[in-house]
Formats: sequence, structure tokens, C-alpha cells
Amino acid sequence: MSEIYSIAVVGLGNEFRGDDAVGLYIARRLKDKQMPGVRVIEGVSDGTTLIENWQDTRGAVLIDCVSSGDQVGKIHRFDALTEDIPEEIFPAYSTHAFNITDAVRLAATIGQLPPHLIVYGVEGATFSTGAKMSDRVITAANRVLELVLKDIENFR
Amino acid sequence: MRNKTIKVDLLARVEGEGQLYVKIKNDAVADVKFSIIEPPRFYEAFLRGRKFTEAPDITARICGICPVAYQMSSAHAMESICNTRVDGQLRELRRLLYCGEWIESHVLHIYLLHAPDFLGYEDAIRMAKDYPDVVKQALQLKKIGNDIMVLLGGREIHPINVRVGGFYKVPTRKELEQLIEPLKWALEASLKTVELTATFPFPELEQDYEFVSLRHPDEYPLCEGRLVSNKGMDIEISDFLNTIEEIHVKHSTSLHARVKQRSDYHTGPMARYNNNFDKLPKVAQDAARKAGLTKVCRNPFKSIIVRAVETVFACHEALRIIEQYKMPDKPYIEAKPRDGVGHGCSEAPRGSLYHRYHIDNNGVIKEARIIPPTSQNQSIIEKDLRLFVEKNLHLSDEKLTWQCEQVIRNYDPCISCSCHFLKLNIVRE
Repeated sequence: MSEIYSIAVVGLGNEFRGDDAVGLYIARRLKDKQMPGVRVIEGVSDGTTLIENWQDTRGAVLIDCVSSGDQVGKIHRFDALTEDIPEEIFPAYSTHAFNITDAVRLAATIGQLPPHLIVYGVEGATFSTGAKMSDRVITAANRVLELVLKDIENFR
Repeated sequence: MRNKTIKVDLLARVEGEGQLYVKIKNDAVADVKFSIIEPPRFYEAFLRGRKFTEAPDITARICGICPVAYQMSSAHAMESICNTRVDGQLRELRRLLYCGEWIESHVLHIYLLHAPDFLGYEDAIRMAKDYPDVVKQALQLKKIGNDIMVLLGGREIHPINVRVGGFYKVPTRKELEQLIEPLKWALEASLKTVELTATFPFPELEQDYEFVSLRHPDEYPLCEGRLVSNKGMDIEISDFLNTIEEIHVKHSTSLHARVKQRSDYHTGPMARYNNNFDKLPKVAQDAARKAGLTKVCRNPFKSIIVRAVETVFACHEALRIIEQYKMPDKPYIEAKPRDGVGHGCSEAPRGSLYHRYHIDNNGVIKEARIIPPTSQNQSIIEKDLRLFVEKNLHLSDEKLTWQCEQVIRNYDPCISCSCHFLKLNIVRE
């Protein structure tokens, strides 16, 4: 709590469900870099916690796995301040009380979006219990990591 | 309207997947089913063969909203087998961690899941358009609960710092002191929350409930106590299964529960409040009285006020613990396994959570049993629904369906720590 963070990166997902772990995979690699002023968060309990995490930051990045039927490993990138997050990629249905789309909409309604908010969705293929991440998703994850590093530079 | 069926295929604003079915025939309620349709999760089965020290971490995974409850009930059960008594500052830290969970869970439910019902909004996003400051206050208040969880639990989700016998690492006094000013603000905000919820319109609904909760001689219950009720129950936790039985019903993947040879019962904030009003700090008692509550509250719609009163308690208790805190020399007390059976029960935000384990001399779990509060409340929720529909047959389909869902949300059911989508069908016969 004592450190001041100007940038937040949140990786979402379940590490035991194959490609669903992609957000955590990227977050952990970013954490290893120990970038000053960058707070890396692995998973949140519910979507409203996302708002808490990007409050008072200069910019935030969210990364999650998606399953919209597009090509496996495809990277979707949205600027949440200028674009709608499409429901066909981040559906309103979620296993959580508040999903990413809900959190962005709620934050926009009460004026609590950060100056920059980038949302990444990586198309996954395998979600079964105990599965490993697929090679194509790992390749995509490494590409997303590069993009996130650029985002961080742009926020500064 | 002589015959009709109310069906909600997937309930909204609850944690997990549940369904509602109400059949009305000749202006009388013919059938009510609150169904839990989540597949069984087999935690009790895969705990078998694991080390007793793993139970707090494994069971914390059951719920993303109330993992601390699972950690506390499992740790206490294991400690009872090992004859390990966690006391002093370690015990206080456990209560502090639990306060964090109560604040986070109660505030999420009060403002973002339940308040839209009372204020007439489909969800919190629509409510936020007209009440932005209320939602901002909610998020700030919830964050303080989360900050406690992160500091003591070790990370944002599924805390990993609780172990049998205490913690892996305890905070310094300086680390905890950072929470004092935010918690002072939180206490004021929680008092405003009580005031706000007291202004909501409350439909009439009351039953002769048996309220079951922990009760402790010295404190408002969190981690320990005897299991008591307003109908004469007063037992050691080790007698839980001698007193309460679980029953399988066809329409739910979650077992129902009832007091043996008696009836179903109500667990949760209202039960705790009714059994322990005298143990609340004065600031919470005064807030409750000012909100129009007496020492006993029987209208489940008013559980939203009770949750707010318990949030006042949690903020007050967290401040008390931090202000007296002295960092313990050791973060845990060694727990040595032996062959035996142990029981743990703690007060999850939604009610009493019971764990029972049998471990062997090597500390390997031979048997596990977990009875969460939502499964215990299923039967009483169905009774509430039946009574509510009987009294409100005059309402429109839309309003009746909405308020039936609200009846379920009164209990903040945590069906699997996940949620939700609403698809609604009303079928007239």
C-alpha cells in the first residue's frame, strides 16, 4: 500500500483451465520485469475490483482470454475510452457478478475511468480442467506482452 | 388469474446459477422450487488424501467472494484435532481478516446486487446513472475491505497467507496503521449506508423462523462460538451433525438442511443479529435502532439494513484490532497432527459455514464434510417464496417475478461464487 503506482495491469483468468490462464501468464511475465510505478495484479474477486485497481492511475491494461469463435491466438485490442467493448467478444454473460464490460460501463457512468484503459482479449482454444495453454496462445501472449510494454510507455 | 407459472431460468444478481419455479393453481400456490443447477464440485472428495495443512488453501478456492470463511472453518477444524489453540494477536488478526471479507462481501451485495431491487433498477449500472455518489461511496467502502484482505491474505483473490495454527506472515504495526484513516472513513460511510437502506420500501414478509448462528460469550461471532437458535438450540460445534441433517431434494444439486426432528432454519446476517444484538458495539446498536430495527428483525427484506449494521460492526472491530495490535513474535503456532476428527464453524457473510475432517496420524485427510450457508437456507427461501406469492397474487406478472427474485436475493445466495444471466419465462396455464 505504501508504493505509489501510476499504471495498473490486470491479468484475469484461471490458471488451471488451459488457455484461460493467458491473462495470468502475461501478468507474471510483466511482474518479473519489476517496472517502477507499474502495479501488476493477477485476478480479481469480482469486476468492481477492477475499478478499484485502475482508480487514480494514469492508465490501466486488462487482459483476459476470450472465446468468440475467431481464430485461435487472435489478439483483440480495444481502447475502452473511445470504443465500445463488443459483446460478441466480451459477452454480458459471465460467471461473475460483474464482468469486464459491466465494470467499464459502471466506471464510465460514475466518471471513474482512468485517462487510458486498454482491454486485450486473446482467443483461446482449450479450457478443460488441468490443460496446458496451447502453443498458439502462448505465441499470442508473448506478442501481447510486447504491446502492453508499448502501452505502458504511452501512458507515462 | 387463476392459474399460472412463474419461471426464472437463471437468476440474476446472485452468485452462481439458480432457477426459480412457482406454480399457481386456482389462485393458490401449488408448487415452489428454488433450484440450484450448478454441477457438484466434489471438493470433499478431492480433499481426501491431501495433507491437513492444505485444507485452508484448497477450500479457499470454493468461493471467490468468501474464501476467508473457508480458511477459518477448515483451520479451526484442523486445530481442534491437533489441540492447537490460536489466541492473542494471531486470533485478533484472523478476526481482522474476516472483517475485511465481511466489508467487501456485504458492500457488494448491499449496493450493487440488492439496492437496485429496492430503488427499481434492473442493475447497478442503471442505478449508478441516478445515484453516482452512492455507487462511488460503495466502491470506496468495498475497496477498504479488499485492502484488508490483500494485506493479510497475501493477494487479490484466493488468499494464501492463512495456515493451520495462524499465518505464514504477519503484518507489522506500521503496515496495519495505514488502514486506520481509511477505516475511520469507512465507519462513517457504513453508518450512512444504514441510514440509506432504512429509507427503502420494504414489502411485508415474516415467518416464525428458527434463527441459527454462532454465539460467543465475549464478542459478536466471526470464527468461534456455540451454535445457538431462538428455539432452544445451544450446542458445541462438534454436535453439528447430531443436531442438523442434510436432505437431498430432486430439484437441487445442493443438499437442503434442517434441524433434526424439527424443521428448516434461517442462517445469515439476520440470524446473527437476532442471536447476538447484545454483542454488537454501541455504535452499531444505535445505528440499528435509528434505522427502525428492534433487537429482533424477522422481515428478510430488511436483511439489507442488517448487512449494513454488520458492516458498521466490521469497520469498528477492524479499527479496534488495529489500534491494539502488537506484532506477535511468531506468525503461527505449530500444529502436530494425530488421528482424529475435528469440527470448525465460522460465520461467512451469508451464514454459518461448517467443516468436519477426519485425519490420520500423518496428517492425511481421510474424510471431509462441508456444509455452506446457502445450502442451509434453500428450504427457508422456498418457504419465503410460497408465503410471499400467496400474499401477493394481485401483483402483475412482471412485478411478482421481480419481487420473487428479490425474496431470493434477500439471502445473498452464494451458489458457487459465480454468477449469472437472467432469462425469464412466465407461462399461463
